[in-house]
Amino acid sequence: MNKDNYSVQAEYLVGRSEVRVDAFDKVTGRTKYYEDRMPGDALYVRIKHSTIAHGFVKNIDTSCAEKIPGVVKVLTCFDVPDMPFPTAGHPWSMDPSHQDVKDRHLLNRHVRYYGDDVAVVIAENEVAANQGVRALKVEYEELPFVLDVQEAMKDGAPQLHDNYPNNILKHTSIQKGNYAEAIKEPGLIKVEGWYETPTVQHCHIENHGCFAYEENGRLTVVSSTQIPHIIRRVVGQALGRPWSDIRIVKPYIGGGFGNKQDALYEPLCAWCCTQVGGRCVRIDCAREETFVSNRVRHAIRFHIVTWLHGDGTLAARKVECFSNQGAYASHGHSIVAKAMGSFPQIYPCDNFEGDAYTVFTNRPAAGAMRGYGMPQASFADDSNIDECARALGMDPMDYRDKVIMPKGFVDGFSKNENYYDSFRMCLEKGAEAIDYRRKVAEYAKDTGPVRRGIGLAAFWYNTAVYPISLETSSNRMQLNLDGSVTMQCGETEIGQGADTAYAQMTAEVIGLRSYRDVHVVSCQDTDITPTGLGAYASRQTYVAGFSIRQTGDLLRKKILEYACEVTRQPIQNMDIVNGNIVRVPDGRVLMSLSELAMTAQYNPVHSEHITAESTYTIRNNAYSFGCTFAEVEVDIPLCKVKLVDMINVHDCGRLINPALAEAQVHGGMSMAIGFGLSEQMLFDPKTGRPLNNNLLDYKLSTFMDHPDLRAEFIQNPEPTSPFGTKALGEPPACSGAPAIRNAIYNATGVAINTIPITPHVLFAEFSRAGLIKDEWTKEEK
Amino acid sequence: MYDLKALYEASSVQNAVELRLEHPEAQIIAGGSDVLVQMREGKRAGKELISIYGLDELRGVSIDENDSIRIGSLTSFSHITRDPIIQKYINVLGQAVDMVGGPQIRNIGTIGGNTCNGVTSADSASTLHAWEAIVELTGSEGKRLLPIRDFYIKAGLVDIRPDEIQTAIIIPKASYENTYGHYIKYSMRNAMDIATLGCSVNVRLSPDKKTIERARIAYGVAGPVPMRAEKAEAAANGQPVSMETVETFARTVLDDINPRDSWRASKAFRQHIAVETAKRCMTESIILAGGEL
Amino acid sequence: MAQYKLIHCNINGKDVEKMVDVRASLTDMLRNDYHLTSVKKGCEVGECGACNVLIDGECFNSCIYLAVWAEGKHIRTLEGLLGPDGELSDIQQAFMEETAVQCGFCTPGFIMTAVEILESGKEYTREELRKLLSGHLCRCTGYENILNAVEKTMKKRLGKV
Repeated sequence: MNKDNYSVQAEYLVGRSEVRVDAFDKVTGRTKYYEDRMPGDALYVRIKHSTIAHGFVKNIDTSCAEKIPGVVKVLTCFDVPDMPFPTAGHPWSMDPSHQDVKDRHLLNRHVRYYGDDVAVVIAENEVAANQGVRALKVEYEELPFVLDVQEAMKDGAPQLHDNYPNNILKHTSIQKGNYAEAIKEPGLIKVEGWYETPTVQHCHIENHGCFAYEENGRLTVVSSTQIPHIIRRVVGQALGRPWSDIRIVKPYIGGGFGNKQDALYEPLCAWCCTQVGGRCVRIDCAREETFVSNRVRHAIRFHIVTWLHGDGTLAARKVECFSNQGAYASHGHSIVAKAMGSFPQIYPCDNFEGDAYTVFTNRPAAGAMRGYGMPQASFADDSNIDECARALGMDPMDYRDKVIMPKGFVDGFSKNENYYDSFRMCLEKGAEAIDYRRKVAEYAKDTGPVRRGIGLAAFWYNTAVYPISLETSSNRMQLNLDGSVTMQCGETEIGQGADTAYAQMTAEVIGLRSYRDVHVVSCQDTDITPTGLGAYASRQTYVAGFSIRQTGDLLRKKILEYACEVTRQPIQNMDIVNGNIVRVPDGRVLMSLSELAMTAQYNPVHSEHITAESTYTIRNNAYSFGCTFAEVEVDIPLCKVKLVDMINVHDCGRLINPALAEAQVHGGMSMAIGFGLSEQMLFDPKTGRPLNNNLLDYKLSTFMDHPDLRAEFIQNPEPTSPFGTKALGEPPACSGAPAIRNAIYNATGVAINTIPITPHVLFAEFSRAGLIKDEWTKEEK
Repeated sequence: MYDLKALYEASSVQNAVELRLEHPEAQIIAGGSDVLVQMREGKRAGKELISIYGLDELRGVSIDENDSIRIGSLTSFSHITRDPIIQKYINVLGQAVDMVGGPQIRNIGTIGGNTCNGVTSADSASTLHAWEAIVELTGSEGKRLLPIRDFYIKAGLVDIRPDEIQTAIIIPKASYENTYGHYIKYSMRNAMDIATLGCSVNVRLSPDKKTIERARIAYGVAGPVPMRAEKAEAAANGQPVSMETVETFARTVLDDINPRDSWRASKAFRQHIAVETAKRCMTESIILAGGEL
Repeated sequence: MAQYKLIHCNINGKDVEKMVDVRASLTDMLRNDYHLTSVKKGCEVGECGACNVLIDGECFNSCIYLAVWAEGKHIRTLEGLLGPDGELSDIQQAFMEETAVQCGFCTPGFIMTAVEILESGKEYTREELRKLLSGHLCRCTGYENILNAVEKTMKKRLGKV
């Protein structure tokens, strides 16, 4: 193979800011999402949600609902099979001890949160289905409930599940060195804090929904999901049917962010279909249901005790993490385990003690959400590190330079390595872009009611899930008669631009003229698509890269073998360049790929449809790095923060498509802005009822709450990846909130350890700090 | 698909009045941005609706024979903001309704609907209170005029009789002449939000701009319905234009208002913001009126 | 008993009429009766902007607009922007080129608001554009590239690029 030729092309096809392959359809409104593919005769399924936070359903009176014209069937928690199933979008494990917790039923007699599913009404139209749900009369036996994670751990707290004493789903520890001994050293500086992160929701603009129908005795579910192949398995488990009896189709989806990395209503929809003779049924989540009855991000409370030597180095650290799982296990302990694991890596410390608890409470179930524990950990860790810097009288950036993960650091478990000193490169680039040094000096002079500040935070992120879980990617390619290539894989397009990256990589590997010569089959269909695990972690570009390279090489080999037959030239002397078969020694174009494909297909003696297919088991992982710089203006009397500027710097290896990478970063930053400043699900302490499960009362940041967002990159090629690339999907959401928090700290000197930093929080904190006059409220007392 | 029992579309104001008498249980729907949302929630599900949305005669801003500004009840927020009469005489109203929701909501939302739903957080309501607007209601007996403060009875309830619809909001000349105002919507985000507190202040200064002749202030969300802060007004009326007057005025609002604790905000927080926004609105109003601070 | 009304209106330049269930929202009518599936449902209470369409030149969330109100109105959806030979309008082109599209679900609504902004023929600052576009929520883009696409097209149309 001519490597020189290859490298020339590599630069040309990968690394370019190409227009998305799906852009035309999306700007013309042609893109079909699940609801746009809905058969006209689909029956509407509406779900009755519990109006208590904890208890048992004693009885459901369905008589009124059944009389409503248009209602076809009412099904309740007393009708469902007793066949518990898991929902997490994790790869299946052949090791039973590593399988996800099976704690779900299709409908629940034991309701564990306000909004739990107790019954469904199936009707011919939407209005009848809604009326039917309102007409159901549910009788409950109420039990005490608990919303707070540490309250739930106490003896005597209401118990949500059998076999989990004190509601603890799982507890894990990290021990490194000897914390207890290390803190005995005289002269250490102690920096301690409790840090609290909120329950937030993904808020993809398309709600989850799906429809199911029977065809030739098999069940098809078309769903707004990130993980079609995993959903197939979960639906099979939930219905007690062979997995291959189920076919999942994933069309374009309107965002997922991890919520759709879980079996949501696919199992219930499939089961409802079987209860009406296989007729098509649809479940469309309303926004209110998306907030409460899908998944949320784990609210995690951290307790950090850091002991510093006089020079600022970390003598010892203890971290306790309490993760609020909500009512059902879903992704469970994986999230907080990952969060805890981040501490001793980003700021290495010889004496580290960590404890992480995942605890059931009577709140909506927490699952995967962009960042998977890291935004929470980053908030706690980088807040504490900023306080360390202040305790030492050091600049926060200089302090990080001293204690952050050094070049050459290797994690013993994942074998990930910091090959390039990426952190320092990212921090320097960010500091320069935002003019950090000058602004720190200038803003220190602000003493009035409106003060400016600048802050930063850093993060690392694992690209894929190896070695915790299986990493596999399969791929199928076929050479088309026009010389283009059709490519299929199980890694899904969910809005991030994956299909475009695959097209660029495929075109480069094979030697096509353009990424436009690759047709990525965007829609996964588990009957057809090679098995893949879907969109989660930040894995897809990385893992698909392996199978694209491997399968592309196979296809090339087959093409060149056939070309050898036609042209009589030795394979070793040929290459595919710009869509042509080229004789390397003299550079002569022998034939186009189209000519080759036509010849191969219609050869009366040796007809061949040239295809290739392969699976790659990935046994590597890669650190991705980055940081955020944020600049704020704090109006102290108004208790308001204005985010003035924000920059993210990432080392995610080589960029496949810089424009898409930049866009991906903007989106993550936006999510971090909401996490830091405004988003939070609230629950009535008296009833457990969600208070703000709609887009008016849940404060997703709007167009007017954003500054211009800036994304910068350091492109250190990842040595383990065939394309030099690594995680970028989730990383942009990780370090924004602590950077904003630290900017407020810098502006006002007030350390705020709870996010979101809303005006309510600022009012309380500024009052406590004496920054705002509280004489008016005093008069009240 | 909304769960509505029947829809009656009014063809004229007179017809609307007739429909109201014929269907006493029916709910009036203007732009629908509140009514339809409530219907979907199930609160008004299965109800009849009388739509007055098609009554173009209730749209537009004009100056009537008494030099009063007349705003048709179905005039949308965006049309109020863009209207030259509003911009010239009571620009603050245009600014206030320009903070409702987002652009699409401002195209569908009407000033009539915003006042008739009786909610304290309505962005138009505090300014209309501060400018002592008159509400025009039309019923079978003809027209009835009501000061806006009397229009509001309690949270969610306004004085509309069973045969009436609201047809206009009127700002008398004495109210808007030589008067300048400022509104602050305090909310948790900068668009698509409801007010945590709304503060609207306006002033008329003496010809030499040294004295506050008339100060008026009204709040949304400082009580169950939009309200004036009269003690604060008294503390500013006739006083010299100075920061001291502004401070005194702002603090006095606490003698007037009565915000509540709710999950949306604490009473103490709303009080704090009420004082701070009163101060800033008054300062801005004085500057707009040509005063110097 | 279901109540129906014959609704005449002009959709994307074409006069049409259909019997419409009076309970239908304009979103229901456009999606179900006219198969204009660019009109998306994200919240159904007028908060997200995904169902935004132009009615007589102004933007409305069609989810909280009764279908019967469409009588006599000129309605434009994203489908109407494409030229007769499938050519894209400048704003669609800009959304593609500026990478303003990710999952694509908010895109149709955003583009229709952009159309109203651009057709005003006025020049706006970036801050003003933020406000004019603030009736739409997007979770993918951080709004940055959407703003760039609208600003760039505005400047092009005004001959300022």
